[in-house]
Amino acid sequence: MSEGKKGAVATKEGSERLVELYRKMVLVRAFEDACGRGFRQGKIGGYLHVYTGQEAVATGLLDAYREGDRVITAYRDHAHALLLGATADEVMAELYGKGSGLVKGKGGSMHLFDVDNGLYGGYGIVAGHIPLGVGFAYAQRYTGTDHITQLYLGDGSVNNGAFHEAANLAGLWGKDGMCPCLFVLENNQYGMGTSVGRSTAQEDLAEKFRAHGVEAEKVDGMDLEAMLEAGERLTAQVRETGVPYAIEAMTYRTVPHGAADFFEKYRTKEEVEKWRERDPIGLLEKRLVESGVEEGKLDEYKDEAKEEVQAAVKFADEAEEPDISELYTDVYVGEDEYLGSDNNGGNE
Amino acid sequence: MAETKTYREALREGMVFGMEDDENVVLMGEDIGVYGGTHLITDGLYDQYGPKRVMDTPIAEGGFVGAAIGMAMTGMRPIVEMMTWNFSFLASDQIIQNAAKVRYFSGGQVKVPLVIRGPNGGGVQLSAQHTHSLENLYGHFPGLKVVSPVTPNDVKGMMITAIRDDNPVIFLEAGALYGTKGEVGEGDNAVEFGKARIAREGSDVTLIAYGRQVNLCLRAAETLEEEDGVSAEVIDLRSIRPFDEQTIIQSVEKTHRAVAVQEQWKWFGVASEVAAIIQEHAFDSLDAPVMRVSGAEVPAPYARNLELAAFPSEKMVANAARKSLYIEEK
Ligand SMILES: Cc1ncc(C[n+]2csc(CCOP(=O)(O)OP(=O)(O)O)c2C)c(N)n1
Repeated sequence: MSEGKKGAVATKEGSERLVELYRKMVLVRAFEDACGRGFRQGKIGGYLHVYTGQEAVATGLLDAYREGDRVITAYRDHAHALLLGATADEVMAELYGKGSGLVKGKGGSMHLFDVDNGLYGGYGIVAGHIPLGVGFAYAQRYTGTDHITQLYLGDGSVNNGAFHEAANLAGLWGKDGMCPCLFVLENNQYGMGTSVGRSTAQEDLAEKFRAHGVEAEKVDGMDLEAMLEAGERLTAQVRETGVPYAIEAMTYRTVPHGAADFFEKYRTKEEVEKWRERDPIGLLEKRLVESGVEEGKLDEYKDEAKEEVQAAVKFADEAEEPDISELYTDVYVGEDEYLGSDNNGGNE
Repeated sequence: MAETKTYREALREGMVFGMEDDENVVLMGEDIGVYGGTHLITDGLYDQYGPKRVMDTPIAEGGFVGAAIGMAMTGMRPIVEMMTWNFSFLASDQIIQNAAKVRYFSGGQVKVPLVIRGPNGGGVQLSAQHTHSLENLYGHFPGLKVVSPVTPNDVKGMMITAIRDDNPVIFLEAGALYGTKGEVGEGDNAVEFGKARIAREGSDVTLIAYGRQVNLCLRAAETLEEEDGVSAEVIDLRSIRPFDEQTIIQSVEKTHRAVAVQEQWKWFGVASEVAAIIQEHAFDSLDAPVMRVSGAEVPAPYARNLELAAFPSEKMVANAARKSLYIEEK
């Protein structure tokens, strides 16, 4: 695992940057906690997968996002949207199924899109999004830009054909410098209730990329500074060369897979506890305090985050449901009239 | 003797019946073992039968369904869980290109005694990628059998039949109804494929459905009785392929009117097939055009209000029936 340059905090500038990112991480945490409550209250429907425990991964890597880059991920996507600039109001309103939500209430938790900020979607089918990201990257090179794609995927997705087909394309196109894709494998060690060891014979997941000609390295996904270092270095490299690269971020979700899962027969309380000790927010707090940031200040940031999220919950709660006419919009480009409700024997 | 059980329990009982009967029957699927099964259908079976007969698979539908087809072609009788049928698109190449056709293109040298089962359809705000009803897709392919039980008794009895069947069976469960209860026949209550069930007798109009839409039709029939004095007959198709034309035709010859109901999209769906069969075989009996009630022609939306508007409702069924009776819609 690459050690990560622990120098950032040494300078004042470095310390300020870490504090900024700390604030983002606690916002994500507070947002996810509020989602859990909203789900239990029945305000959020469908599936809900939160990012708790994994915050350092996207926070560190998306810090290297530059305008024009693209980001794609699976259904555990709230953090990616918030970190790229969607407001807590917009995201929460989406989860509450409201018209002012990020995708007009049409997608919900699993399908956040914010194209203006680079987010080309959350997707619900495991591994289904991976080929798309490789396509984004090719298009970025083809159109002559130096933008890159950050493609997030879970450990559960690397056994699927779509992963292997896409990784092969990336390796192949990379030979001509035509695939500026940074794969970010978020190895939280479980796909629902099945551990990496029980789902794949080659447990070194970075090797799966190498088998397709995509270089890869493991990074400590609980350590924000390690993620920052890797993000800065590797996005620059991919941007420069057009050759894909994969980060296997070693991380852990300290919460159940989905909000509707109550029991976790597949892992022990002790294991979860052990990982909580390496909670990325806790680790960062320690680091900041060591470097002279006042603890009280950190608490203030946490409170601010909670307030922002509370306001978002209020906004979402009070927002209007989508107008019923929205049912038939966005099916085709420019043909919203074509498949009107009268075509369906009375769904109006 | 019949006992009251949930759909979920009845389904599990049918599988256990098959496993006890034949040791070549094995279960496969994502998180069906250690995790306990996402929908708790296989709960307890891992402890009972062990990892060789209750097999957790990676999230690789094409791979493990293909392997199950191979197992079936060579003597085993796997029952594969699709965590939901939405994920079967990844396995559809294996199901359509291999399972459905290999018997034919091997000149009858092999058979594929395979059951693929899981919840079908939507209705709980899972939005576009997790809300599909796939009966028309799989019903299209000769070589597959496609069934869709809605009562606890049928789900057990049809599972027993599916396991015994030497053909690949697409077993579409009414996922939204796993917790609903009904009387379930003890022991071997096998239910023959290709026989529809008259879920309610009536004389004025025939409502034809399958899966959870049957319950919608039953409620609409009550409303029609109370509010309009209309006597609606409700047919539960049970099985999409084979398809029971006779029960439909006989009913329409009696009622002279028909409404076909499905959750899936209207175009190219099962309801269209029902309508076509009626006009082919009972045209002279019809007093009104056959009506179809279907899901809206859009990918499923997330927002509650939009989702409700996107699926057939009891009211839509009742109004379609009224339309066919030339009485005022409500
Ligand atoms: C093709 C497909 N099969 C099954 C599922 C059900 N499912 C949803 S999430 C999940 C686990 C995925 O694990 P991983 O890729 O490691 O991501 P994580 O949830 O850990 O972020 C499964 C099996 C799905 N969404 N898509």
